[in-house]
Amino acid sequence: RFGAEFRRFSLERSKPGKFEEFYGLLQHVHKIPNVDVLVGYADIHGDLLPINNDDNYHKAVSTANPLLRIFIQKKEEADYSAFGTDTLIKKKNVLTNVLRPDNHRKKPHIVISLPQDFRPVSSIIDVDILPETHRRVRLYKYGTEKPLGFYIRDGSSVRVTPHGLEKVPGIFISRLVPGGLAQSTGLLAVNDEVLEVNGIEVSGKSLDQVTDMMIANSRNLIITVRPANQRNNVVRNSRTSGSSGQSTDNSLLGCPQQMEPSLEPEEEDSDDEDIVIEDNGVPQQIPRAVPNTESLESLTQIELNFESGQNGFLPSNEVSLAPVASGPSTEFETRAPDQKLLEEDGTIITL
Amino acid sequence: MMKFRFRRQGADPQREKLKQELFAFNKTVEHGFPNQPSALAFDPELRIMAIGTRSGAVKIYGAPGVEFTGLHRDTTTVTQMHFLPGQGRLLTLLDDSSLHLWEILHHDGCAHLEEALSFQPPSRPGFDGASGPPSLTRVTVVLLVAAGDMAALGTEGGSVFFLDVPTLTLLEGQTLGPDEVLRSVPDDYRCGKALGPVEALEGHLRDPTKILIGYSRGLLVIWNQAAQCADHIFLGNQQLESLCWERSGSTLVSSHSDGSYAIWSADTGSSPTTQPMVATTPYGPFPCKAINKILWRNCESGGHFIIFSGGMPRASYGDRHCVSVLQAETLVTLDFTSRIIDFFTVHSTRPEDEFDQPQALAVLLEEELVVLDLQTPGWPAVPAPYLAPLHSSAITCSAHVANVPAKLWARIVSAGEQQSPQPASTALSWPITGGRNLAQEPSQRGLLLTGHEDGTVRFWDASGVALRPLYKLSTAGLFQTDCEHADSLAQAAEDDWPPFRKVGCFDPYSDDPRLGVQKVVLCKYTAQMVVAGTAGQVLVLELSDVPSEQAVSVSSVDLLQDREGFTWKGHERLSPRTGPLPWPTGFQPRVLVQCLPPAAVTAVTLHAEWSLVAFGTSHGFGLFDYQRKCPVLARCTLHPNDSLAMEGPLSRVKSLKKSLRQSFRRIRKSRVSGKKRAANANSKEANAQLAEQACPHDVEMTPVQRRIEPRSADDSLSGVVRCLYFADTFLRDAAHHGPTMWAGTNSGSVFAYALEVPTAVAGGEKRPERAVEAVLGKEVQLMHRAPVVAIAVLDGRGRPLPEPYEASRDLAQAPDMQGGHAVLIASEEQFKVFTLPKVSAKTKFKLTAHEGCRVRKVALATFASVACEDYAETCLACLTNLGDVHVFSVPGLRPQVHYSCIRKEDISGIASCVFTRHGQGFYLISPSEFERFSLSARNITEPLCSLDISWPGDAARARYPTAT
Repeated sequence: RFGAEFRRFSLERSKPGKFEEFYGLLQHVHKIPNVDVLVGYADIHGDLLPINNDDNYHKAVSTANPLLRIFIQKKEEADYSAFGTDTLIKKKNVLTNVLRPDNHRKKPHIVISLPQDFRPVSSIIDVDILPETHRRVRLYKYGTEKPLGFYIRDGSSVRVTPHGLEKVPGIFISRLVPGGLAQSTGLLAVNDEVLEVNGIEVSGKSLDQVTDMMIANSRNLIITVRPANQRNNVVRNSRTSGSSGQSTDNSLLGCPQQMEPSLEPEEEDSDDEDIVIEDNGVPQQIPRAVPNTESLESLTQIELNFESGQNGFLPSNEVSLAPVASGPSTEFETRAPDQKLLEEDGTIITL
Repeated sequence: MMKFRFRRQGADPQREKLKQELFAFNKTVEHGFPNQPSALAFDPELRIMAIGTRSGAVKIYGAPGVEFTGLHRDTTTVTQMHFLPGQGRLLTLLDDSSLHLWEILHHDGCAHLEEALSFQPPSRPGFDGASGPPSLTRVTVVLLVAAGDMAALGTEGGSVFFLDVPTLTLLEGQTLGPDEVLRSVPDDYRCGKALGPVEALEGHLRDPTKILIGYSRGLLVIWNQAAQCADHIFLGNQQLESLCWERSGSTLVSSHSDGSYAIWSADTGSSPTTQPMVATTPYGPFPCKAINKILWRNCESGGHFIIFSGGMPRASYGDRHCVSVLQAETLVTLDFTSRIIDFFTVHSTRPEDEFDQPQALAVLLEEELVVLDLQTPGWPAVPAPYLAPLHSSAITCSAHVANVPAKLWARIVSAGEQQSPQPASTALSWPITGGRNLAQEPSQRGLLLTGHEDGTVRFWDASGVALRPLYKLSTAGLFQTDCEHADSLAQAAEDDWPPFRKVGCFDPYSDDPRLGVQKVVLCKYTAQMVVAGTAGQVLVLELSDVPSEQAVSVSSVDLLQDREGFTWKGHERLSPRTGPLPWPTGFQPRVLVQCLPPAAVTAVTLHAEWSLVAFGTSHGFGLFDYQRKCPVLARCTLHPNDSLAMEGPLSRVKSLKKSLRQSFRRIRKSRVSGKKRAANANSKEANAQLAEQACPHDVEMTPVQRRIEPRSADDSLSGVVRCLYFADTFLRDAAHHGPTMWAGTNSGSVFAYALEVPTAVAGGEKRPERAVEAVLGKEVQLMHRAPVVAIAVLDGRGRPLPEPYEASRDLAQAPDMQGGHAVLIASEEQFKVFTLPKVSAKTKFKLTAHEGCRVRKVALATFASVACEDYAETCLACLTNLGDVHVFSVPGLRPQVHYSCIRKEDISGIASCVFTRHGQGFYLISPSEFERFSLSARNITEPLCSLDISWPGDAARARYPTAT
């Protein structure tokens, strides 16, 4: 029955209902009421994506065109690797694999948990707004024992300025600890130049200052680097949907770009939450206080950010070597124009 | 984005204007004793004194509060200084032989010191022939002649040059070369030898045309500048060090390198004098060191003073720093603890007077200034109203108490007066009295407390420009130390010759490092005080106006509780003296609490209203009820993996040594056994390992690299208690407020305890004799795990809670107990405000994430507006590890202003910084000097003074023919 049986049924597109109901319906239609199954669907690009909660179920239903092709696998024999990740780099078309169920019968199966249970260790973010010579890497350091595992050093880099080539001091990755988080991601390498730490430019800052900034952000570290090896850069212009889609006219290798003021989501705040233990009770995260008048300001700021995110991108060769002034006025947390985050961060004072 | 930034910056012009009215950064005055003094000068007419330093600073002092500071462009040692008498002008000679003329000028009624002119001697001419003009190479001595219009410069080459002072130009053609002098010297003295450098130049008090020149070889010449000839020649043969010309001009005194001095008579006709009247080696007959400077002062009462420095017997006392004062048969050898820089006497300089009548002797030493009264028998020291040697024992901590009540002030002053009995009423007061202090009487009394290495706490009057010592508290008497205080013993045991007398208070040697004071807290309303030290001692003291003899109650608190497996490897605790001990007037100890293990106390706080003292070390914290004299609480904060905490603070040096030794051992081992090394995951050793591991593989390794790793719970010293705080607030529910105690640790943990303190009966001072109870109410773990440096509770209006008794005695507005309270927790990386009693994050500012700097000191301060009399804001002032000062609004935590204050390399300066309650601060710029700075636009303490200068100003500039 698995891998061979096809059923066709209709759903009301406007009212998809809940995943639980859908799951029940599937089990009913296929007459497999007591078998744990894994539900997948093919998206418009032909990628096999999982359906396991309300959100991706709604997404699947809304993008179905016109038919939603659903794949059901028994949980114990499911080939998890078949599911494409949603990152841009690791996309694979695995549909054919899944349709040939013999493939995954051959190897002994390692049971790993659902994708939602995975913990991301790193990601490349903001690919669409950064120049291709730069890479913004996010390292997720949870309560794991694995060290971040990298070292930074002082150095100098050559930059193109209106006055010709100039040697300017910079901060570089000097060493990756074998087995550390930084090395295991493969996204950072020795001699990569560190340009920003969590959205704040490091130019003009000393090695000690950058060290302190990184450690202060170590639970959710976002480093923008200019990789020493520029050959492995992301090739953009693919079928990526949705984003601004601008392809920048990239300058010479090694020529730095005007940095886009970072639009980092401040999700880390949820990771960074302090813990309170009341009356020797159970530790719990400290909630955010009820939004007050200050949230209004935060709101306007987000709108402004959003606007500048759309319009402020300057793919120019102009070099801004002016160090980020240490003045507090030029540095504040910024966040993505994300509705959900807005709710979370309503009271955060950013200046 | 940029648009947005600009909009933000200029968002609120009103706020910007307000900020300007509230905040301004000024470094206002330097308190204490100048570091590394190198020159001294005194103007007898204006009665002002100048001190030059090795870093090129010039400081002029007059009456208390009268201070001028100048800095040479080059940081070159000031070797000599000379006042142009009565003119408020000062000629300085630097080590590079350049001369600088400084003027005290009045702007807007206030005087300032400014450099007017400078003179760089022409460099040595290319040829060096005998026929060539003598070159002005290295100036050895300067003499002002003709009321300061001309200066004679003695040089290393033996020539004397003349300089026009108002324009600082060389007077060509007047130069007196050694050849010219040698012509009047008999042949047998000449014998082909050079005269050597000019060692001394002295002017005649009544006849400005005469100059006494002393050459290194020993030749003394009275040169008549008008007649261009030698009036008299003294054929000395002993290497000359210094000269003094007696007021009448008939007697000369010369001092020599062999420790002798000679007295010459100048009245013996025109033939060269070959023999002095008297030649004596005062500390002979064994070889003596040179007498570097000698003064001769005569008195109406008969019996002249001879005052000289050095000359001590080389073998037995060659290492002493002595000034000898000899009058008739009386000889006193003043024995100082630091090197003698220079000295002068305050005496009459009016030419018509027949006698010098010296009033006082001022001796500038490397570390202090000592003034002796020469008119009172016994020559007692005159207490200095400023220039106090702050570092008489190294400063280990400091605290500032603002708005000291007048009553407490008077009691402290009187305790201080009884400590150092004031000299009799006939005695001389401070002789350096020039200038007028124009600063207003300080509106409030500020007390600066400094804790010292020797276990003393010194109380300073920090209300004004002159930092005046008030009172000194010594805690050493309570303990049995390794070596007993031997001041009195040493003096008695000394041989009676030379007649040594110990003078000055600079004493850098500590009997026992465990006595060192780590924290000081003073309750200004109850005059109770806590002094906590290096060996875990916490001493509660109370000010008493009468001496008493009583035993001190001693208790110990085990902060390790029942932790197993820890052994303390540091110092032992101090053993207190038992039985009743005599205590002089002043702060007298009541209770001694000793922490176990006896690690240095890292935090202490006092609540006099509740009679509670809380203290913390690197192992935990404790709460002690000093009314009932019993411990209330002890809590261990050690992380199980923390082993370093057991070594003790004094073994810091030891542990460095140890780790050096270890790393050497490791290197040696790695050479021998290659890679046979166990991978040690200890984060502490990672950096050490790095050095050896990385080398063979990583060619590109640079010497400086930094490890990026989040702080983990088991980092070393994570249990160090960094701050403690008492507050009356809502901890458990929103309906009832009550006493609470807060503790913050190095690893970002905050513990909040609800206290049950029996309340005092209305009107009663003391609370009933019932036990105090403490219950842990909340525990907050900051996820970034940075050390918690300060905790404060804000009331319903967002203002910090007043100090104990402040509200109940109507000295501060009562806190708003209606609105919701909030707690401000400042860590080294972030500031956060949480609501109370339900802890939820309200506002925060992540300083380190933004600026890459770490918080070193924070304080809540009130900033008053310059524009509006009664407008003030409470803000958070913060000093970072980069030496910048930031000010944040409270409770919004928005950055207001920031200034760069201390060089980031100046670690001891940053560590010593202390903020006041009204937006000022102090930090050490040298071991002996506090720089005072002000962040407030209104509350500024800076010298405002004037000087009555009789300088004819422009008239003097119109050239006035030199005294020919």
